[in-house]
Amino acid sequence: MSTQSPHDRIVITGVGLTAPNANGLTDFREALLTGRSGIANMDMRYFGSAPAGLCDFDATKYQKRRDIRNGTRAGSIAIYCAGECLQDAGIALEQLDTTRLGVFLGLTEHGNVETENEIYEISKYEYDTSYWSHHHNPRTVANSPAGEVTVRFGIPGPHYTVGAACAAGNLGLVHGAQQILLGEVDYALAGGISESPRTFGIFAAFNSQNALARHEDPTKASRPFDKNRNGIVISEGGAVFLLERLDHALDRKAKIYGELAGWCYNSDATDAVLPNAERQAQCVRKALEKAGMKPREISIVNTHATGTKAGDEKECTALREVFGDTCPDTYFNNTKSFIGHCMGAAAALELAGNLPAFQDNIVHPTINVDELDEACALPNLVLNTPRKIGKVTAILNNSFGMMGINCVTIVTKYPNA
Amino acid sequence: MTRAEIHDAVIDILTEINPDVDWKGFVPEDSLRGTLESMDFLDVVMELRKRYKVEVPEADYGHLSTLKGCVDYLEAPLASK
Repeated sequence: MSTQSPHDRIVITGVGLTAPNANGLTDFREALLTGRSGIANMDMRYFGSAPAGLCDFDATKYQKRRDIRNGTRAGSIAIYCAGECLQDAGIALEQLDTTRLGVFLGLTEHGNVETENEIYEISKYEYDTSYWSHHHNPRTVANSPAGEVTVRFGIPGPHYTVGAACAAGNLGLVHGAQQILLGEVDYALAGGISESPRTFGIFAAFNSQNALARHEDPTKASRPFDKNRNGIVISEGGAVFLLERLDHALDRKAKIYGELAGWCYNSDATDAVLPNAERQAQCVRKALEKAGMKPREISIVNTHATGTKAGDEKECTALREVFGDTCPDTYFNNTKSFIGHCMGAAAALELAGNLPAFQDNIVHPTINVDELDEACALPNLVLNTPRKIGKVTAILNNSFGMMGINCVTIVTKYPNA
Repeated sequence: MTRAEIHDAVIDILTEINPDVDWKGFVPEDSLRGTLESMDFLDVVMELRKRYKVEVPEADYGHLSTLKGCVDYLEAPLASK
């Protein structure tokens, strides 16, 4: 039970999302409980075919076709998620002081898609740069996807994006909470967005790194913890949460998905791509400390595991160090096995997919594990089929990224009765 | 290109730039400003360059302020296309 004042506690009161296997939290949860993958083979110029996760949502629900054309895929995903989130939260912008609403979105990277598209376009004109689009600069400024949200909805409050590699979905959420606690805003649209599979470069780079997943059945290509896993499936997506102070949410009788009880972000400070289990464990411990919780009080640990040999093993090493074998009521799962690696959106989507567990007390599984890698055999790792457990009261969400960035969030049930 | 063909070509370009507008029903003498934003005008210039190799210098942008103005302006450079 938190001893903090309700004014200093941050709760999630809205969720908007698009994932490769679903749109909206209800559909997403159903997909995760029924084993529905969102991965299919995708053809792309220069590179050829590879398994990938693409979203199928109606961008015209919130955007004119002109604005879709002029903007970015990341912006369309962000606008869709923000619109769905506001609707879910029961927020009408015209009744709100929107100078007190901020937009804070995590990104793995931004501008690769737009730049590669322009280079391809001018290649048709012998690389004459007079054919380079004037839209390139607004499309590629680093704040673009969050800025597109403010332009679309006429939100004059602050906005920015958080560059945090594959930890960005968690860090965007944390920034939203911090901006509220700093008194800069009353509400935050916060989460993570990715358009990464819309260009070949990320596929080619992971392929050159021997870290791109391959499987004859694309729905089985993303297989964290399986002995025969062979890399990452690249996906797009987005999840945006509405955050506000607990007292504010109670005053307006908002639906509360959970309380953002703790977090930590740190740096490996050792390598650009190889993870560091010691620093990951440190990040998990500090998040627990901030939440005032013991490891055994966590019901679900949603792992970051992406399906690489080294990455999955390192994370399991870190989790064993923290949770050991003295946490009989703590269960471990993984969402990337369904949707691939949604990059900047990954952590936000993965947290969202687990939030309904506070109501149904079910741990969604890690699918595609035909033969568990002994190095990844965590106790209570939920494999292939959902598991109903006694009571879900706390979710710990791991996310780690290149340049050794780690971010862990903890969300607790509210009310925790 | 005939004047009618130029008119259709401009409609094609405008439709690609802003597909939310019924350009075929647009009054040729009405101002495009308000329906097109500044970046859209640059798109028109870019599409003329890409499709017809027509360069529109900035000093001539005013000639593109109506649909009729676009057709008038393009009649000479597109006559031989």
